[in-house]
Amino acid sequence: MPTSMPLLSILIWLPILGGVAVLAIGDRRAALARSVTLGVSVLALLASVPLWTRFDPTTAAMQFTERAAWIPAFDAWYHLGVDGISMPLILLTTFITVLVVIAGWDTIKSRPAQYFASFLILEGIMIGVFAALDALLFYVFWEAMLIPMFIIIGIWGGARRVYATLKFFLYTFLGSVFMLVALIYLRFEAGSYAILDLHQLPLGITQQTLIFLAFLAAFAVKVPMWPVHTWLPDAHVEAPTGGSVILAAIMLKMGGYGFLRFSLPITPDASHALDWLLIGLSLIGIVYIGFVALVQNDMKKLIAYSSIAHMGFVTLGFFIAWRIMANTGAPDGIVMGLQGGMIQMISHGLISGALFLCVGVLYDRMHSREISAYGGVANTMPKFAAFMVLFAMANAGLPGTSGFIGEFFVILASFKASIWYALLAGTTLVLGAAYTLWMVKRVLYGEVANEQVAALQDLGRREFVVLGILAFAVLLLGLWPAPLVDAMAATLQGLADHMVQSKL
Amino acid sequence: MNAVTTFAPVSAEIFLAAAVCVVLLVDLFLPERRRVLSFWLAMAALLGTAATLLYTAPDGRLVVLQGAYVTDPLSQLLKLFTCGVVAVTFLYSRDHLRQRGLFKGEYYVLSLVATLGIFAMISARSMLSLYLGLELMSLSLYTMVAFNRDSPLAAEAAMKYFVLGAIATGCFLYGTSILYGVTGTFDLGELAQRAAEMDTLGLPLLVGLSFILVGVAFKFGAVPFHMWLPDVYQGASTPVTLFIATAAKIASLAMIVRVLVEGLGPLQSSWSDMLAVLAVLSMAVGNIVAIAQTNLKRMLAYSTISHVGFILFGILAGTAAGLQAAIYYTLAYVIMSGAAFGMIILLSREGFEADQLDDFRGLNARSPWFAALMLIVMFSMAGVPPLLGFYAKFSVLAAVVEVGRTWLAVAGVLFSVIGAFYYLRIVKLMYFDAPTDQSPLIAGRDFRVVLSLNGLAVLALGIFPQALIGLAVRALG
Repeated sequence: MPTSMPLLSILIWLPILGGVAVLAIGDRRAALARSVTLGVSVLALLASVPLWTRFDPTTAAMQFTERAAWIPAFDAWYHLGVDGISMPLILLTTFITVLVVIAGWDTIKSRPAQYFASFLILEGIMIGVFAALDALLFYVFWEAMLIPMFIIIGIWGGARRVYATLKFFLYTFLGSVFMLVALIYLRFEAGSYAILDLHQLPLGITQQTLIFLAFLAAFAVKVPMWPVHTWLPDAHVEAPTGGSVILAAIMLKMGGYGFLRFSLPITPDASHALDWLLIGLSLIGIVYIGFVALVQNDMKKLIAYSSIAHMGFVTLGFFIAWRIMANTGAPDGIVMGLQGGMIQMISHGLISGALFLCVGVLYDRMHSREISAYGGVANTMPKFAAFMVLFAMANAGLPGTSGFIGEFFVILASFKASIWYALLAGTTLVLGAAYTLWMVKRVLYGEVANEQVAALQDLGRREFVVLGILAFAVLLLGLWPAPLVDAMAATLQGLADHMVQSKL
Repeated sequence: MNAVTTFAPVSAEIFLAAAVCVVLLVDLFLPERRRVLSFWLAMAALLGTAATLLYTAPDGRLVVLQGAYVTDPLSQLLKLFTCGVVAVTFLYSRDHLRQRGLFKGEYYVLSLVATLGIFAMISARSMLSLYLGLELMSLSLYTMVAFNRDSPLAAEAAMKYFVLGAIATGCFLYGTSILYGVTGTFDLGELAQRAAEMDTLGLPLLVGLSFILVGVAFKFGAVPFHMWLPDVYQGASTPVTLFIATAAKIASLAMIVRVLVEGLGPLQSSWSDMLAVLAVLSMAVGNIVAIAQTNLKRMLAYSTISHVGFILFGILAGTAAGLQAAIYYTLAYVIMSGAAFGMIILLSREGFEADQLDDFRGLNARSPWFAALMLIVMFSMAGVPPLLGFYAKFSVLAAVVEVGRTWLAVAGVLFSVIGAFYYLRIVKLMYFDAPTDQSPLIAGRDFRVVLSLNGLAVLALGIFPQALIGLAVRALG
């Protein structure tokens, strides 16, 4: 493959154009639409492999860059590139999308072409978010993402789907518009929309604080952090399985990505000054939302709350940096927090996606998400039970699974800051195990609860493949995280060095 | 100066005026079944006017007719755009009028006369020529609203429009007379000079300015001078609403650019705050009241009011970038609302206006293609990228942030989040609800093609925004 190939553009536009093609194929030729969708998503996955294999992990600089004039009147460029932060997230996107397509293969009966097209278009836009190096381009992708997701939840969602999708849209839209104003403001300060230029822009503390808060509004909603998380349980519960998977696996990661790409490097001093807020909200998210998850009766809601708690680890890892500095007087450990957050994002993408798929498997058969409707499923679906137990263990942070690595790194980093942070964060090991395993116990074990459960069919081949691939990925990342850690190392080191330097 | 050099720059207007007479006369002798000829003649008139405009395009700025008339790249752009949207309006409305027994030559004659008035406003270089154009347009529009004479709603709307419009024109004239008394001139160029020399905070100037602003705000439909707009949008037949929502908005923009920016530019520090109040009020009232509407045309009227708030943002910035943004926004708005009203016409049929929100229920099941286009238009109006409406909003927000009025931008984005709700409701009706009306969509092929192109333009200009913003940039040189 020639090096001049615009790999990132292909990754963005191939799925989008593929989605348009699937729309044109239409619902009447559903089989063709499905096959084309699978083909396009597999092609996108294959196209993303060179990002990994030809990635240079020794540099923090942007790679695979493309730059072309886009809107000269606004001085906005079509500027793409990836570093150690965005590359793994793009791979996660292409990987999860293929699984979502397979998972929806014959469970989606109404308007299948529109369903699959929405996911393809969404995939392209999400890759665009991770690849954009121009702030305006980033914002365009960031917001464009809402349109297909709005449609996905609204058409194929559950009973309260209209409420959930409107809430989702307006909530995230409200958060994002503040970021838009901040980006415009930065453009006039820096004279450029290039994100890398914004990183170098000197800003006073008041400016930084306001900009930081504007970014926070956008990213905290997306992550989501307590107390702006309330859209997530609704959206997750009502979304179709594929929508939940994409939401949990990728869209939530955009908030974390935003912190790394915008908040920390552009407003380091405000991040420093307000780190108490972020750490506080993260810890509340981890502990309080952990308790909330414990009392849920709805499996999807439980996983949704578990997602919020796990994402709390991500933000904790990102913002613990200055406490480490203050406590130990040395910047060692900052990178560990960042790495922990990043690994947690990737791993949570895999695990939460897998858990939502597991719930989807049950829902397709019983049309209920209530925990109480189940019981003893392991008796009738042994293969499924094995997978679900594995993912539940991973969600609880069992060593050997990917869930362990991220949490371990973050807790280790918080020890360097303060033992209390570590202690509070550590409660998740108890709470996470409690709510996940208790759910597993009630759903999978015990007596066969009713006749419907007794009549359950075990995993089909398609479902087995999807969950099998995810199980493999969860174990691989848990046992051998080195490739991921190495790929991110230089970039995160660069970020850590940058963010501890005051811009004042 | 000989006659050729004097009249060459206004040859497009002369051609249009002559063409109107031809349409009027020919229509008089047409039998009912040949009425379609009037339509084609009107289209030909627009085409000829556009061709004349292109042919006589001046290199720079040219002031003719004793300083009363100006042609510049901006006027070229706005006039060509007007020709385009009026032609599209004619095309959208042909079958609609025919089904309702309104397919009469007068519709075309009045529309073309209004177009002529719009041209005069676009090129006005003196308060008097501006007033002349304004009245020419307004009187034609009053009549067009009342055109459907069997409809009490239309009669009420026309009456309201006429009375309130007369008051507004009166305010405008009164302001003009005060300005004349203070500066001794109607000429906008001289006005700017005199105003710059005078104490710009002097009471007489400010009183004149305020009255003129009332007139301008009324024509634009800015709060608190917006009362006529929802009634007129709802009461007029959809083709006329379409005309008022598109071509007439270009005229309002021209009016505000010529009077405020060019004529009263030295008073910018005074009118910019007044406009800020009007703009924020318009966004607030437009977006919040639109939520309560069940009639789509009324909803779009309130949506217009909120868009006007954004256009005013661009003007009040008082910079070249702001002016570009306002022009860009107006053109973008015209394209979007053309598609939205086109969609209402598409869904309507004999005895059924399709102007209720519920009439869009389940459109995705009836026609996925047009539902997708309406989706694009609605998200675009809500300001969601990557669609045209987003860049329009973005450009005016950038303009106010650039002049240090970041808090105005914050207000703007907050109200646009509120506004997103009612646009989303249309998408919800089309996509998430089952249709109550299963009748097939009937429309000619030319209508479908043009409407599709119109909707796709909203998407295409969102992915390649430079195409349209570039026009606005070039128009200001």
